[in-house]
Amino acid sequence: MKFGILVNEGPYQHQASDSAYQFAVAALAKGHEIYRVFFYNDGVNNANKLTEPPQDDRNITRQWSALAAEHNLDMVVCVAAGLRRGIKAEILAPGFNISGLGQLIQAGIEADRLVVFGD
Amino acid sequence: MSDTEAGEGGNRKVKRFMIVNRKAPYGTIYALEALEVVLIGAAFDQDVSLVFADDGVYQLKKGQQTKGIGQKNFSPSYRALGDYDIEKLYVERESLQARGLAPADLLVPVRVLGSAELSVLMDEQDVVLSF
Repeated sequence: MKFGILVNEGPYQHQASDSAYQFAVAALAKGHEIYRVFFYNDGVNNANKLTEPPQDDRNITRQWSALAAEHNLDMVVCVAAGLRRGIKAEILAPGFNISGLGQLIQAGIEADRLVVFGD
Repeated sequence: MSDTEAGEGGNRKVKRFMIVNRKAPYGTIYALEALEVVLIGAAFDQDVSLVFADDGVYQLKKGQQTKGIGQKNFSPSYRALGDYDIEKLYVERESLQARGLAPADLLVPVRVLGSAELSVLMDEQDVVLSF
């Protein structure tokens, strides 16, 4: 199956991003396709490469970047939601790209299922 | 599932998108940013409908005044949805009643549906985006 994933919450404060990541890992392991991961609302904060959690904690941003590198994931950060929160090209972690909300609608159109992770 | 229409650029997919609004208009940004998704969905010529449930019914409340909290009152935008051919607005009856509201308290004409009817409608969608 071809999945789209929407992440609407930032890292650490909320479990949504962790759950989305674990869902993506599990789906890929089962041979499914991830059409796109779209980051919206505070979810755009997942793309911040300046994120530096304590060493004994998971680095959520780096997890996403590594998954994207391994599976050639398309990870899109909403430009308007990003600008509002200071998420710009200069602080984007590897694998993330900035684009418009049209990319979310496109994911809804092209994917078999669009799964929302939020509050 | 999805219908396929012949658009100007060849085959164009139209899917049923339902945006579910569950949060109060202020206090969090969900309502405002969900509205952005609605407008882009319409710009992509998708079959977009909106549901207002839980505290989300307050998004449509008449007479919103936001001066005191220093935020923009974006509620007039709901009245402009018709200009984008978005005419399917559903409000959950139980949520409305639990808050002492009636359709006359709302900014726009809506269809009031019980949660059981809404769940049937939800099941018919291709994409459900919950905010």
